[in-house]
Amino acid sequence: MAVTTMIGARIHRREDPKLVTGHGSYVDDLRQVGMLYMSVVRSAQAHARIKSIDITDAGKAPGVVAIYTARDFKTMISGGLPVTESLIADKKYVPNQFPIAETEVVYFGEPVAVVLASERYQAADAAEQVQVDYEPLPVVVDFEKAMQKGSDKAHSDGPDNIAWDVKFPGGDIEAAFKEADVVVKERILQQRVFPLSMEPRVVMANYVPFGNQLTLWTSTQVPHFVRIFLCFGLGIPESQIRVISPDVGGGFGSKLRPYPEEYLAAAASKLSGSPVKWVETRTENLQATTHGRGHIFDIEVAAKRDGTLLGLKVTNLSDNGAYVGVFGALQSALSLFLAPGCYKWKAFDGRTVGILSNKMSTDPYRGAGRPEAAHLVERAVDLVAHELKMDPADVRRKNFPTEKEFPFTNPLGMVYDSGNYAKTLDKAMQIVGYQELRRRQAELRKQGRYLGIGLSTYVEICGVGPSAATDHVSGSISLVESSIVRVHPTGSVTVAVGTHSHGQGHDTTFSQIVADTLGVPYESVQINHGDTSDTPFGYGTYGSRSLPVGGISIYKSCQKVVDKAKKIAAHMLEAAEADVVFDQGRFHVKGSPDRAKTMGEVAFRAHQTGLPDGMEEGLEAVTYFDPPNFTWPFGAHICVVEVDPETGAVDIQKYVAVDDCGNVINPMIVDGQIHGGVAQAIGQALFEEVVYAEDTGQLRTGTLLDYSIPGIGEIPDLELDRTITPSPTNDLGVKGVGEAGTIAASAAVINAVVDALSPLGIKHVDMPASPDRLWKMMQEARK
Amino acid sequence: MIPAAFEYARASSVEEASKLLNKFGEDAKVLAGGHSLIPLMRLRLAQPTALIDINGIKELDHIKEDGHKLRIGALTRHVTIQNSSVVKDKLPLLAEIAGEVGDNQVRNMGTMGGVIAHADAAGDYPTLALMLDAEIVTNQRTIQAKDFFKDLFTTSLGPDEIVTEVVFPVANGPHKYIKFRRRLFDWAIVGVAAQKMNGDWRIGLTNVGPTPVRAKAVEDALKKGAKPEEAAQHASDGLNPAGDLRASPEYKKHLARVLTKRAIQQST
Repeated sequence: MAVTTMIGARIHRREDPKLVTGHGSYVDDLRQVGMLYMSVVRSAQAHARIKSIDITDAGKAPGVVAIYTARDFKTMISGGLPVTESLIADKKYVPNQFPIAETEVVYFGEPVAVVLASERYQAADAAEQVQVDYEPLPVVVDFEKAMQKGSDKAHSDGPDNIAWDVKFPGGDIEAAFKEADVVVKERILQQRVFPLSMEPRVVMANYVPFGNQLTLWTSTQVPHFVRIFLCFGLGIPESQIRVISPDVGGGFGSKLRPYPEEYLAAAASKLSGSPVKWVETRTENLQATTHGRGHIFDIEVAAKRDGTLLGLKVTNLSDNGAYVGVFGALQSALSLFLAPGCYKWKAFDGRTVGILSNKMSTDPYRGAGRPEAAHLVERAVDLVAHELKMDPADVRRKNFPTEKEFPFTNPLGMVYDSGNYAKTLDKAMQIVGYQELRRRQAELRKQGRYLGIGLSTYVEICGVGPSAATDHVSGSISLVESSIVRVHPTGSVTVAVGTHSHGQGHDTTFSQIVADTLGVPYESVQINHGDTSDTPFGYGTYGSRSLPVGGISIYKSCQKVVDKAKKIAAHMLEAAEADVVFDQGRFHVKGSPDRAKTMGEVAFRAHQTGLPDGMEEGLEAVTYFDPPNFTWPFGAHICVVEVDPETGAVDIQKYVAVDDCGNVINPMIVDGQIHGGVAQAIGQALFEEVVYAEDTGQLRTGTLLDYSIPGIGEIPDLELDRTITPSPTNDLGVKGVGEAGTIAASAAVINAVVDALSPLGIKHVDMPASPDRLWKMMQEARK
Repeated sequence: MIPAAFEYARASSVEEASKLLNKFGEDAKVLAGGHSLIPLMRLRLAQPTALIDINGIKELDHIKEDGHKLRIGALTRHVTIQNSSVVKDKLPLLAEIAGEVGDNQVRNMGTMGGVIAHADAAGDYPTLALMLDAEIVTNQRTIQAKDFFKDLFTTSLGPDEIVTEVVFPVANGPHKYIKFRRRLFDWAIVGVAAQKMNGDWRIGLTNVGPTPVRAKAVEDALKKGAKPEEAAQHASDGLNPAGDLRASPEYKKHLARVLTKRAIQQST
């Protein structure tokens, strides 16, 4: 038995004193001698042929050292940006994305040239003087129209705009619909949103020709992944590329891919012979960092009169933008895999169509397909409840698998590891005072006031991912996660991991695991991540995988260390290994707690003479962990809103979240993740929408003056609670929690808004539920 | 987010600021709190050749009671107005409005004169100035508020003219400002101010046109004894607001009516 004081402890994040006092070290805090600043000239057109680029004036501007266009970069970079192969098997048309446009621009904000100058201001001024002569081409903005035959094309040389068209059948859907007493249909929109990490993207590249060495500092979630693709793109051996991602101020999925600017900065450093830094402005961040969501879902639900759910048909139209995102197809697939939610359907039928348009690419944003899935299925259940005049809680409860039915297999063959859905719903309803709220709602309705109660009982998929499951959708990528645990001679511990914290508090959580498992002081544990030169290869941080995959890898490495240490301790204690017990950080002989050696003492011996015969020195272990299954967190969120009958303004009066992410390492960090996730989902539900002009494809929400993200005034107090249903798939019983709030909350908010407006006969409301939109809907309904 | 190059000069008196404006020409701008100007410069939507910083002119930072008038210096910060016991006593509606401008950082820096001279349609003070017949005092003359706001971001200020003071009448009867917005720190989608003064209602509207609007038709109806909900129906008379991503023109007109009713009803 090791000490168990740290796992589960509600301790403050060890990262925070540094970060909140301004002592963090982000890429923009770093500089190199002789460094030049890169400014990217971006397309002012959404779709046009580049007739010519005139750099005469810009070249004469103060401080300008060099200006490069696609012609220059083609000597340095080959191929294009990666696209995961999932779904593309059935494809269709996936255009190759070179990091910079050569003859045709296909989205507003696409790079067309870069300027290098001594100062950042000089680079920005000169970039304005680069003259690009465009010949406009037809602009494709409406992605539903873009899938029709004969539509204008997002790429003039493409056959059409269809990137993929794939079906996901699950059971006998026709039989399920034949059995139905009621069938409800709805179109559910998932508007485009900006991921909007606090720190935009920043890249600094230093290429040294002696030894063909490239060092690239970049704000990313996936340093090892970036290195692989720079190796492919620039032709520099992976061993001679070092990618360093220091402190990262958020990513939310938008930093889990290589970006054009990483290639361009690296190549520009090679071309110019100087270190090069590029700092994304917020304006660029909105134009040229990937967007999230961007889907249409058409759903059809079959149910029996008693509320039994039978069949669900989902058609997903996905707005890819001009280039298929690196994980663009994966998130559409996830939105279907999870669309059955936490209900016992007899059959499911899904289809996804990926569509190209003249916009920025969509790629993962916190939840990546799962918020979309939860939103549609939670809306679907409410639509059934409305149709049958049943309480939405009753319909849910009727269709949950019971605790005994786990592992539970959904119609698409996904195996949910563990769950107790009714328990989280009961707890949330009790905390919110559900029955009393329903009484109050009835009273207020008599006064013409619109109180709404919205439920969201979600299940999600974390711990990406088991190679057995990811192999065929990711193009043989295994998605294991790695760790090296090294105990130093004096007993302190360095852990190097392939995941990379960008705000999650890994240093704290991982150290808690190590402290308990090795029985060493928490303060003596150092976590290294983000630098490819001193960390093992890993796939990085996204999909709430760092704990259930990376954390388990650390735990397993610690166990290996303990196993070796035990042998050494037995040798030191002159006892048989089988008679040595490891407890509270000490190895002692069974029945003689005083005959003991600490981990520190053992570690010292591990680097000295006097080891058991044949044992190598050192005390360290490496693990590449491949989980046997995904993990399946779940929960019940309840939102209470009042909608102003005159203005359409939505007031969130109460928000209760009961989540179950398995065992909890640090409750404070888990609560923080739920808070942040719920806040972002409230943003999508009520405030946010990326808008492109229908005619020109220009970004209308081009600044944060035009795009509303919620602030402290818009997020209600959240009442959090949890149940704990350990995952059976890993040693710690953990599931992951990074995205749960975002996955659960948009449905809870929208279901509450719809519930509030149901006296008017309103059955569905799209996001964002802005006052303007709700007022219009109320006006229509009252006619 | 990188502004274009510009000259910078700091004035220690209004005379010096005026001279500097003359020197740098018509594309120079006065810098007070900077909370509208600097974001515009960062987006390169504004590219002034020079900024004349007037933050060192201490005499422009004042609140003075002057008989039946309240004189607010151009450099008086929102936070000072919000917390001023004189303003709370003599024109509490102004203190209320100041407390609803932006967030703490904006209120600590933003100024009365800056808002008036910037003449953003979504500015709150211009509405109050117009409906209460305030006077805008400059280094050259005194301008009636009704003659000051000409168009979107356009005033009757001359190139070397600087707002030095805004003079409001004292009014401490029932009043209310309703600022309808999606987020706490946003500008108004539509704002409505109501103030009872000398027995009559004054009603002003924010962000329903290029300049602030005085809802005369509502005031007249109230004078004739109409109930608030009846009178408020006239709030959108003659309005032709521009639509934007937050609100359609129809919705803005609807809000003008609803909020006018509420502002009158909620006036205390």
